[in-house]
Amino acid sequence: MYHYILTRLLSGVVVIFGVSLLVFLMVRLVPGDPVEVMVGEFAQVADKDAIRERLGLDKPVLEQLVVYYQKLFQFDLGQSIHTQKNITDILLEKLPATAYLACVALLLAIVIAIPLGVIAAVHKGDAIDNGAMAFSLLGVSIPNFWLGPLLILLFSLHLNWLPVSGDEHAGAIILPAITLGTAMAAILSRMVRSTVLEVLTEDYIRTARAKGLKERVVVYKHALRNAMLPVITILGLQLGTLLGGAVITETVFSWPGIGSEMVDGIQNRDYPIVQACVLVISLLYVVVNVMTDIIYAWVDPRIRLAEGQS
Amino acid sequence: MKKWLPILVLSLWALLAFIGPWMALSPYDIELTKILTPPTGDAWLGYDDLGRPIFDRFVLGANTSFIVAISVVTICATFGTLIGAFSAYFGGWLDLLLVRIIDVFLAFPGILLAIAFASIMGPGIDNVVIALSIVGWVGYARLSRAQVMSLKQREHVRAAVALGVSTPMVVLKHLLPLVVAPLIVEVTFGIAGVVIAEAGLSFLGLGVQPPDASWGSMIRDGSSYMLISPHMVLAPGISLVLVVLSVNLLGDRVRDHFDVKRKIIE
Repeated sequence: MYHYILTRLLSGVVVIFGVSLLVFLMVRLVPGDPVEVMVGEFAQVADKDAIRERLGLDKPVLEQLVVYYQKLFQFDLGQSIHTQKNITDILLEKLPATAYLACVALLLAIVIAIPLGVIAAVHKGDAIDNGAMAFSLLGVSIPNFWLGPLLILLFSLHLNWLPVSGDEHAGAIILPAITLGTAMAAILSRMVRSTVLEVLTEDYIRTARAKGLKERVVVYKHALRNAMLPVITILGLQLGTLLGGAVITETVFSWPGIGSEMVDGIQNRDYPIVQACVLVISLLYVVVNVMTDIIYAWVDPRIRLAEGQS
Repeated sequence: MKKWLPILVLSLWALLAFIGPWMALSPYDIELTKILTPPTGDAWLGYDDLGRPIFDRFVLGANTSFIVAISVVTICATFGTLIGAFSAYFGGWLDLLLVRIIDVFLAFPGILLAIAFASIMGPGIDNVVIALSIVGWVGYARLSRAQVMSLKQREHVRAAVALGVSTPMVVLKHLLPLVVAPLIVEVTFGIAGVVIAEAGLSFLGLGVQPPDASWGSMIRDGSSYMLISPHMVLAPGISLVLVVLSVNLLGDRVRDHFDVKRKIIE
């Protein structure tokens, strides 16, 4: 068990190193001159050089890399070009809003997906199953930048139930969370359906039924519990899509999180901000995934015990 | 209906994309008197906030999404598959390195990395294709690597090696043809992903630049006029959903076709 956790942590560290390296290389390897994109094609050479100097892009790449990691270890993400503010401070201020949105969307997805998947599996092949799977297919296919405006049109503009944007109002989380959570609910419900279906063919389910247990107990206690393991992994992996989707969802609803900060950074051509946002969101994702793996091992006795035997 | 819908929608999409450039369209013509006019008999989808005919821009958008989807998937599938297959075949430190690179790329959430690359390269449809390709090849590399790993010990491969067939030939003629089935499934779902990603990038202003049109940029332009002119976002949105839905349905069908295990369970 400890060995497993240690290997997972270690590979997590390697990935974190790789992720930060790729973010560093991003500006330096892409075709074209990012500084030119930043200040425009017709900017004075002196202005371009000034920006290059401020970002440290005029130094040798290796030296830049060393400085980059030195700063990273001190949680120093540099300064915004646009507002001159410290980026670490900006992101710390914005992180709670994104975390809140992601958690509510995740919760929503789980609350919708698990019953939906189980019901679909139990009613395999009939109208309920078809309906649930049609919903799921539609959910994966609706882009959140379209679903968001549609929800605003219906619930905010026509029915006037919920605010259009921002986060001052308590109900303001509802529409962004639905927008962000729908695709995940859709993917998750398909996953729950297929794992429950698979588990339902197992011998211990037949035994449980043969014992005369109620079908509800068989499904929810025996089948669902065992079907949850792969679902937990998918949950961890899907969180990435969720965090990526948060960038667009936050923009649609002007939700004051890291995602809209990143899009503002893109619009202002403020690379240090864009890079820092990508880095922070990805690191968060890696950490969550490593944690998922560890929780997975802890929940699944087969992984926990395999270690003791070897 | 379920059977024919995806094929019908996708054929229409491809048709619009192909004949669009030859149709007598005026997607850039501004008619100030027609700003935000709702759909009528002679302008099927109405006019947008600048008085341009939405149908004409919609066709242009179909062309954009189709070309981007096909280019990105072709580039990614070709390079990704080759890299993955050769890496698995040679093994050693090269393969270890590839696995690490794949891990790193997959550690970036969803569309985030593409957004970052596209923003750093500057807006434009070429850059969208490059950004989505930089991100997209990884999935194919992982898939073909895993497949070739399990296939390379097969007898026909060892026989080919023993007979002195050159390495590129072994990989291209004896290994890759066996990887095609899962690859087709991946490509199908890949198209859906790229269509949404391109529209998403264009929605953020990173894709096509005005006055050109993409369904994503049309949705962005239209979302400011939602209350008075919802027709601006309806056509591009519905067609986006229909195309992605159709590709997903098709993907499901292709996967079920190749998936023997699932057939037995269900």
